[in-house]
Amino acid sequence: MKIPFSYIWRSLWARRLTTVLTLSGLTLVVFVFAGVLMLAQGLQKTLVDTGATDNVIVLRKSANSELVSQVDRGSAEILETAPEVAAAADGRPLLAREVNLIINLNKKGSHAMGNITVRGTSPHGVELRQGVHITQGRMFTFGTHEIVVGHGIATQFDGVALGSVVPFGGDKWTVVGYFDAGGTGFDSEVWGDADQVMQAFGRPTYSSLTFRLRDPGQFAALQARLNADPRTQYVEPKRERDFYREQSQGLGGFIRVLGITITVIFSIGAMIGAMITMYAAVANRVVEVGTLRALGFRRRSVLGAFLLESILLGLVGGAAGVVLAGFLSFARVSTLNFSSFSEIGFGFALSLGVIINALIFAVVMGIVGGFLPAVRAARLNIVNALRGS
Amino acid sequence: MKMFSIILRNAFRHRLRSILTIAGIATAVMAFGLLRTVIGAWNAGVTNAASNRMIVRHRVSFIFPLPITDLQQLQRVAGVTGVSWANWFGGVYGNSSDFKNFWPRLAVDPATYFTLYPEFIVPPDQLAAFQRERNSCIIGRKLAIQKGFKLGDVITMDGDIFPGRWEFVVRGIYTGRDPSTDETQQFFQWDYLNEQVKQREPGRNVDAGWYILKVGSAGAMPAVSATIDTAYTNSQAPTKTESEKAFQQSFVSMSSTIITSLQVVSFVIIGIILLVLANTIVMAVRERTREYAILKTLGFTGRHIATFILGESLVIGVLGGMLGLLLIYPMVQGVKQGFSAFFPVIGVSAFTAVLVLGVAALSGLAAAALPAARAVRLPIVTGLRTIG
Repeated sequence: MKIPFSYIWRSLWARRLTTVLTLSGLTLVVFVFAGVLMLAQGLQKTLVDTGATDNVIVLRKSANSELVSQVDRGSAEILETAPEVAAAADGRPLLAREVNLIINLNKKGSHAMGNITVRGTSPHGVELRQGVHITQGRMFTFGTHEIVVGHGIATQFDGVALGSVVPFGGDKWTVVGYFDAGGTGFDSEVWGDADQVMQAFGRPTYSSLTFRLRDPGQFAALQARLNADPRTQYVEPKRERDFYREQSQGLGGFIRVLGITITVIFSIGAMIGAMITMYAAVANRVVEVGTLRALGFRRRSVLGAFLLESILLGLVGGAAGVVLAGFLSFARVSTLNFSSFSEIGFGFALSLGVIINALIFAVVMGIVGGFLPAVRAARLNIVNALRGS
Repeated sequence: MKMFSIILRNAFRHRLRSILTIAGIATAVMAFGLLRTVIGAWNAGVTNAASNRMIVRHRVSFIFPLPITDLQQLQRVAGVTGVSWANWFGGVYGNSSDFKNFWPRLAVDPATYFTLYPEFIVPPDQLAAFQRERNSCIIGRKLAIQKGFKLGDVITMDGDIFPGRWEFVVRGIYTGRDPSTDETQQFFQWDYLNEQVKQREPGRNVDAGWYILKVGSAGAMPAVSATIDTAYTNSQAPTKTESEKAFQQSFVSMSSTIITSLQVVSFVIIGIILLVLANTIVMAVRERTREYAILKTLGFTGRHIATFILGESLVIGVLGGMLGLLLIYPMVQGVKQGFSAFFPVIGVSAFTAVLVLGVAALSGLAAAALPAARAVRLPIVTGLRTIG
């Protein structure tokens, strides 16, 4: 015979203060757990979305970021004539020759320094990134020292107001517009004309070439072509999405491992809290349990009832924690990505996977915390229990 | 004294519950201490910066080099007693997605670098061998142990900033002067880098990544900094000259967001400690409502009752804190193994130990405040009428 569910939740309600204290502990743990997962997820989403499915980026072999890569003009010209490269609206190859550098700016309201990526791009760079559009001011003009600033940098950093002048590379650059890149990594960049940037820094080579494939299936053919040509053997093409996924692995892995290690450690504290509550619940209800057994409820039902009580605690705590963590979706953070050595802004991304993981985590905490007390309740001897000893 | 023995007995009346509570607090305290230690490790570079060293870097960003020709001018600046330089080499060793394959590799000036960094102790014969042989390198003791590198071994890696395959022969292993010295770095000759790049990529110049200055006293720093930065204001490579501490601080501040979130999490942990402890005390006080009423009829005042409850909570809290503190040390060892690439220098500071115990004790008092206040105010008659 099963013990009715109403008995279970009424027992929790009967000791409200203790229940609330235990629930709060579980909630806090799940909140942090979900927060960590959301942060790692947000970083990954931001960077993976930065790449487009049919875009390919070409870097020097064994260069893990654009910053350390160098690609010469010759390779750019060879690629522009490759049949795998799609044509732009103007009929020319849809390929951007880009240079990637870093300047330092200060975060708003603090003296914390950020490494900001300056991307010098060529006329097809914007067409390649379809999500990018100007929100304020206008696009920079090629051939001038004008720059546009990503939404993430504009909101988080000082010294980049519209019309202000940013000195770097021995020259002065005027901010003429802000752009929005739909929450991707480009939001944390400053864009200008590649030739101007290279000239200012006295740099003869590009960092990377990015182009659209005419047909996404032609990636292997292109790879073979680059490898066969001795002039381009030193470079390596990567699908843009794969490239940016790699960029997210260092920091994402770090957040996950450190966050989860610490969460799991202090979740033990919360589990023990749940265990204390459940032991007390059993101790206070010895007579009650005796009565239940005398009425004919089996040991198994008693075990189930107490276990369900603590699972319910875990589930409610977990749900509250997830709801609380949901509010984090409105927050954005900006920090150094170790892989690219530059600032990346991202948010907390709440996904179904995160919710499920957090709830499973909460239920496991409930089960672990409630199991031993439930066993004690189930093993009570009827006569002794009724006597209230 | 009598009061104290009552407190102790009360604290362990429910032995299982008290032990569980102590264990719960201990794990939470351990997590708290671990977080504080990780935050401390992040700041290790700042804490260990020498007070007589300054760094000259490119004003726009650390990634841009400074002309090697700046050297003579820097040597002549008043107040500067020594100049050396270094370059970040980068490079990829083995599988690059494994963080254990990452360690700092620097091209340094073999003649001057180790005189400016007395905290890296190299046996004189090894240092001489390093200075003689172009493609040799000196590595840290910890790095040698982790990767099994021995004297005479060849370390092979792929360059990224400086492309191609690179081979370095281990000619020296340095040990740290202080326990907090980073023993995971690799140094090789700047001249080797310069020669190789000239051969491999004709037309490409290798400059200095940054200069390291030794100054007579910390007081001379502002003047040195002003002299150098003014002199290069209008040059191709404007400089930023700052104390080593400020230089390290600027690296730490790049990750300030992560540090802030770790701090937030550490406060959440304090919240959990409070909740676990409060739960136990609330239960204990509720069960003893009648008892406290009887004590009051016997003449014990509210102050006595409050002392009993606060004391009990304090005892449990501090015991949990002490146990947690003991557990921090093995945990930090674990982190040291797992995160050596991120935290070359990590250790539990005395401040962390004191902080952890303080947090546990304060949580003990705070958790008992409400139940104690309630017990003190409860009228005797109501208390006696309560059925446990």
